Amino acid sequence: MAATPAAATQATAASSRALLSGNEAISRAVWESGVAVAAGYPGTPATEMLETLATFPDLYVEWSVNEKVSLEVAIGASMAGSRSFCAMKHVGMNVASDALMTLTLTGANGGLVIAVADDVGLSSSQNEQDSRYWGRFAHLPVFEPSDSQEAYQMAKAAYLLSEEYQVPVLLRLTTRICHVKGMVNIGERVPHEAAGFAKNARRWVMVPGHAKERLPLMFEREQTLRSVSEESPFNFVTEGSDSRIGFVASGPVWMHVRETFPDAPLFKLGFSCPVPLEKIRAFAATVDRLLVVEETEPLVEMELKAAGIACLGKDVLPKIGELAPEILRPAVARLFGETLPEPALKPAKVFPRPPTMCVACPHLGVYYTLAQLKNVTVAGDIGCYTLGAGHPWNALDSTISMGASMGVALGLDKGRGASDRDRKIVAVIGDSTFMHMGMQGLLDITYNRGNVTVLLLDNRTVGMTGGQDNPASGRDIHGLGSPRVDFAKLCEALGVAPERIRKVDPYQLPVLFKALREETKIPGPSVIITDRPCVLIDDYESLKPYTVISDKCTGCGNCVDIGCPAIHVNRREKVVKPSGKEVELQFVDIETAACTGCGLCLQPCAPDAIVAAVPVHTINFVKKL
Amino acid sequence: MNTKTTNILVVGIGGQGVMTATEILAEAAISLGHDVKKTEVAGMAQRGGVVSSHLRFGAKVLSPQISPGEADLIVGFEAAETLRWIHYLRPGGLVLMNTARLVPPVVSGGLYDYPEDPVAEIRAQGIEVYAFDAMAIALELGDVRLGNTVMLGAIADHLPFPADVLLDSILRRFRTRKPEMVDVNASAFASGRAAVVHSEQTPQRHGAGCEAVLT
Ligand SMILES: Cc1ncc(C[n+]2csc(CCOP(=O)(O)OP(=O)(O)O)c2C)c(N)n1
Repeated sequence: MAATPAAATQATAASSRALLSGNEAISRAVWESGVAVAAGYPGTPATEMLETLATFPDLYVEWSVNEKVSLEVAIGASMAGSRSFCAMKHVGMNVASDALMTLTLTGANGGLVIAVADDVGLSSSQNEQDSRYWGRFAHLPVFEPSDSQEAYQMAKAAYLLSEEYQVPVLLRLTTRICHVKGMVNIGERVPHEAAGFAKNARRWVMVPGHAKERLPLMFEREQTLRSVSEESPFNFVTEGSDSRIGFVASGPVWMHVRETFPDAPLFKLGFSCPVPLEKIRAFAATVDRLLVVEETEPLVEMELKAAGIACLGKDVLPKIGELAPEILRPAVARLFGETLPEPALKPAKVFPRPPTMCVACPHLGVYYTLAQLKNVTVAGDIGCYTLGAGHPWNALDSTISMGASMGVALGLDKGRGASDRDRKIVAVIGDSTFMHMGMQGLLDITYNRGNVTVLLLDNRTVGMTGGQDNPASGRDIHGLGSPRVDFAKLCEALGVAPERIRKVDPYQLPVLFKALREETKIPGPSVIITDRPCVLIDDYESLKPYTVISDKCTGCGNCVDIGCPAIHVNRREKVVKPSGKEVELQFVDIETAACTGCGLCLQPCAPDAIVAAVPVHTINFVKKL
Repeated sequence: MNTKTTNILVVGIGGQGVMTATEILAEAAISLGHDVKKTEVAGMAQRGGVVSSHLRFGAKVLSPQISPGEADLIVGFEAAETLRWIHYLRPGGLVLMNTARLVPPVVSGGLYDYPEDPVAEIRAQGIEVYAFDAMAIALELGDVRLGNTVMLGAIADHLPFPADVLLDSILRRFRTRKPEMVDVNASAFASGRAAVVHSEQTPQRHGAGCEAVLT
């Protein structure tokens, strides 16, 4: 989802009400707080925070190459006395956590706020994890907004808290905050003067001796913050007439609980770490039973129980996914031994619609080719090309974390058993993922003499998250020219022999096939770089579309194996071959309006049934599928 | 103002303009002073995945999510997608849907079947449906991208506010972004409205959809 450059998010509109997503609301608050430096790496659902900030004047905004670097940039700016901001998706914090865990010792100078967006419900991530743990692990305060308006207010309050206690503040978001739009009262930017850097090794140089001095300060700070949380206006009670059950809720679920149980007493947990135990203890005394509603882990529940506050939680509610009203209602009904009426309409049975690669995507040819190779294991990575694990290619064997294809491939090579002796190991990785965490893995492969062929799919953008610029596009977050990375030189510098680095046009299937076959046969590391742009970015040029001459189509189905969504099977027919084998023929046509003429499908077409077409209408939106 | 919250569920697939359409509906509701919340789950929308956009408005909206059985109106941009979400409709709710069938590779590749007649399947459950071919209407007007405005025109007489309020919020967008597109969008809106009025598949009963919660 791209950020809406609506007038409401522009710097000009002030002191008015606007319909903003949580991401836009936070960006607005960050800008109004006089933040000087904002850094991040794309990742759903966090991406639009940086995208929106990039539309504002008077602050420095960057796409960093990974989340750890982005946090370090924010730390540097804070050291300089500026207010800084950093945004990432939940898994990004795993990458940034090395910096985070020591940042908590130095603390912040200029206000430093880190927004971490959890993908509760897994709409587009490799795992589901609860970032509120970082508050406990790093002894940092956590704010959890329940909608856009609160996200805006909390982001502003976070800067005040950060500076008052010299502490970085975590804003814990979920998809249901980031991507929900609601009305927000917005204001004006108040500039914030950078205090300037003050040299102080005991504060900023975390060697053991200095860190030992800072550790007790960190725990003292946590104690202080606990009393601040007890008094915080973000933690409050909404009275209710039916005290048979009271709820403690944070984040978007607070809204669901209010909506679903309007008569129940409800404790709103906004400043959620450190938990305001005494305030909750007092609330618990006013209700018969207490139910903690939290996404996703039983974190607050465990802390309440440890403090001797009896409560229900994950014994009643799931630990997985969103706690939407339709989950809460029956769970609470069961608690009271009630049953809810059956819903009037049952869900219909409809085919799944898994995400597909785009028409003419340069990754299509790569997976078509990988699917043809025998005796090969493909260590995959994270990006659009992860879709190669699906229909019709089934040509990707692992996805773990960003950059993991490199190490996993090396491990597959080094750990191979006798039955895999002749197995070829291929790693597939996108440009952004390579720069994020893949480069180190490739260095590990060359250093340790691994037998791995790396397919580096350089489509000059961060495709999966919506086409952000990066060092492979040669443009910064504002679209302005910046140095473009030279992958061939980079791989050579990392130790790959120059003759084992090839650049290949992924639309030339025979060339791609030959390169892959040759490189996988020779021992030692090699890199094949594909160099065609993503079809969704401006660098891509559409060519004349193709069509199928129906009379010539023999139904061989070779073109279907490309997996291009513009190719449709219009008829199937079972025939028995002279060999006695039964095969299913697939007769096709091409959705000419969607076709951009990449020419992949005509290459395997045996009867030359695919020819240039005269375009009828350009269907813009279908092209994007 | 009515205190009851209106729930509109807009569904389709990535790239069809579902989210923009909902955004425009939201702007119309805001222009009348409603509190509004809008949410969607569209993780991989750009890759042809399923998109559902929830719009809730009224005096004060808390949760942004519409629960199954609670939508006053379902606006379907694609036939099978409308069927997929049909259990979100409240009893007595209304469905307005595009009959366009967008077949994904898993269907054309033979792994799954496309439902034979989604409109009939929905009607068979006693649900009121207006069905029309928004894509064909847009193509007639010369640009398939107008499909979005045709859809909005088609639902315009079934909202808890006058059609002109919706038309205004559409044209306001174009006036600031693409003034040359104002007129053609106004006619797309009119064609959408007319398509529903003249639809052969007009439901027998009237007064469904949001009207029930409006007055
Ligand atoms: C640690 C982490 N940060 C961010 C993401 C979100 N994310 C998913 S894929 C991807 C990068 C995709 O870009 P690229 O590797 O260039 O491949 P493409 O999608 O363009 O084919 C990102 C940033 C993630 N999954 N994990």
